[in-house]
Amino acid sequence: MHVLELRNVVKEFPGQRAVDGVTLALERGGFYSLLGPSGCGKTTTLRMVGGFEKPSSGDVFLNGERVNERKPYERNVSTVFQSYALFPHLTALGNVEFGLRERGVAGRRELAMNALELVKLSARAQRFPAALSGGEKQRVALARSLVLEPQLLLLDEPLAALDPDLRKQMRAELKAMQRQTGITFLLVTHDQEEALSLSDKLAVMNSGRIEQFGTPEDVYLRPASAFVAGFLGAVNWFGDAGVRPEATRIARERPAEGPSRRASVASVVFLGNRVHVHMALDEGGRAVAELPRAQDQFREGDAVWLHWNAADEMRFP
Amino acid sequence: MNLRRIFLFPARVWMALFFAAPLAIVCGYSFLTRGEYGGVEQPWTFENFTRLADPLYLAILWRSVRIAALATGLCVALGFPLALFIARAGKRRNLYLQLVLLPFWTSFLVRTYAWLFILRDTGLVNTVLQSLHIIDAPLQLLYNEGAVLAGLVYNFLPFFVLPMYATLERLDPALLEAAADLGARPLATLRRVIIPVSMPGIVAGAVLVFIPCLGAYLTPDLLGGGKTVMLGNLVQNQFTTARDWPFGSAASLVLMLASALLLAGLMRSRVRKELM
Repeated sequence: MHVLELRNVVKEFPGQRAVDGVTLALERGGFYSLLGPSGCGKTTTLRMVGGFEKPSSGDVFLNGERVNERKPYERNVSTVFQSYALFPHLTALGNVEFGLRERGVAGRRELAMNALELVKLSARAQRFPAALSGGEKQRVALARSLVLEPQLLLLDEPLAALDPDLRKQMRAELKAMQRQTGITFLLVTHDQEEALSLSDKLAVMNSGRIEQFGTPEDVYLRPASAFVAGFLGAVNWFGDAGVRPEATRIARERPAEGPSRRASVASVVFLGNRVHVHMALDEGGRAVAELPRAQDQFREGDAVWLHWNAADEMRFP
Repeated sequence: MNLRRIFLFPARVWMALFFAAPLAIVCGYSFLTRGEYGGVEQPWTFENFTRLADPLYLAILWRSVRIAALATGLCVALGFPLALFIARAGKRRNLYLQLVLLPFWTSFLVRTYAWLFILRDTGLVNTVLQSLHIIDAPLQLLYNEGAVLAGLVYNFLPFFVLPMYATLERLDPALLEAAADLGARPLATLRRVIIPVSMPGIVAGAVLVFIPCLGAYLTPDLLGGGKTVMLGNLVQNQFTTARDWPFGSAASLVLMLASALLLAGLMRSRVRKELM
């Protein structure tokens, strides 16, 4: 049985169809993401799972039970909000105990302390949210939800408000926590790197629909649409065929076989372990190749042949 | 720095002339002796303050505190749900706020007189109850503590609703969603999140009601019919009928001091809470 199943879920707001027929099924214990640009309906979808919005049509099932009409407090799912939404009048510990108290769980102090331990925040248990850093608030919000052992944990852009270093660290910890607790995570994000690195499977959304649901390799290497290809990474377009920059090669002589194009180097961007060579195609248009630094040094204005393996082409009907 | 002085100058002059100077005069008067035809005379004395300890005046003081506290409690009980309703009314917020402010378009005096017409023997309430044969003789609704309380709550309710609304309107809706998400039903969310988080607003609104209620004199005068004497009436009487300015000054100073102490205490506890 699926921990979550959405069947043709639609959400309409006045003058706008935010979610336009989403169907999705999640296996227990996985790490899933909804990935898409802002306004694609991913957060609205998450809010319908959490019980904060009611679908206009379609059905939401949790553990096989239809929950369309159930309030958030009647669902065994928990949300980590983008703004964290910590209660300012309660300490970190008080925040983590909140849900346990509401459920009348015995020994909640100990359970709450264990949860704070899990997120490495035991030392801050008695602090109020105003005295916690962004990363620490994030951890309290996580502990507050995890301590309830929900069937499904919903995370709404949880890393968006953190600075880049912290974001990378939290990303690793999120994954570790998911594996350690075995709770199914459903993450909403607009950051493709985040979705690719964290998810077992991800759903790429665009204008209220899921364009593709698959493993990170699937959606990156075998995108189902031009939108998915472009959203997950840069694409060089040669007519109908799209080629990722890292699959794009450059040579000084015309290659003996395989597709190729004449181009001239427009600029070379040094990125440490690799370089990006931007080119202007003789037939018009631009392309970029990502090369290891050690390769042949190209200079601005060099006339080159750009080529690729036909197997690396991405084609869409 | 100079500009700052220039801009502050009018406010300073105003406060000096119309606040500090009268206060100093009242202070001085309270330690003097009553003149034969009003006014004040030497010698200096503490007697005006010791007289306030008389059971007669202590009863007035106690009644004032009790009525002001009751009126404040009623304003909180009636005003909090109203403010919460308005804060969640979406587009209609402004309309409801205007309705709350509507009574301010007429004078305080007129509004209080209106209550005479509602509560008197031949007033609205008694006429309706009698014509429906619920009662035979008119009820004595006027000239008692109940009437004073009704008048005070009516007049000061907006002073609670407005700051309360401002607080509740700023309440992050995500907090309410988080509470529901963690299993709290609406009543539990009210008790465990909305009320504690908006406590500074509740306290601020309660102070804004309690202090003017404590010193009220027009409402008890009109609706209490001289039978429900509060501190404000005592002060007024001393300056008018009794012509005992020093005692009136002492009574008003005590009133001010009590209000100031209360305010200082609350400010301190709020500040302490916010620093944690």
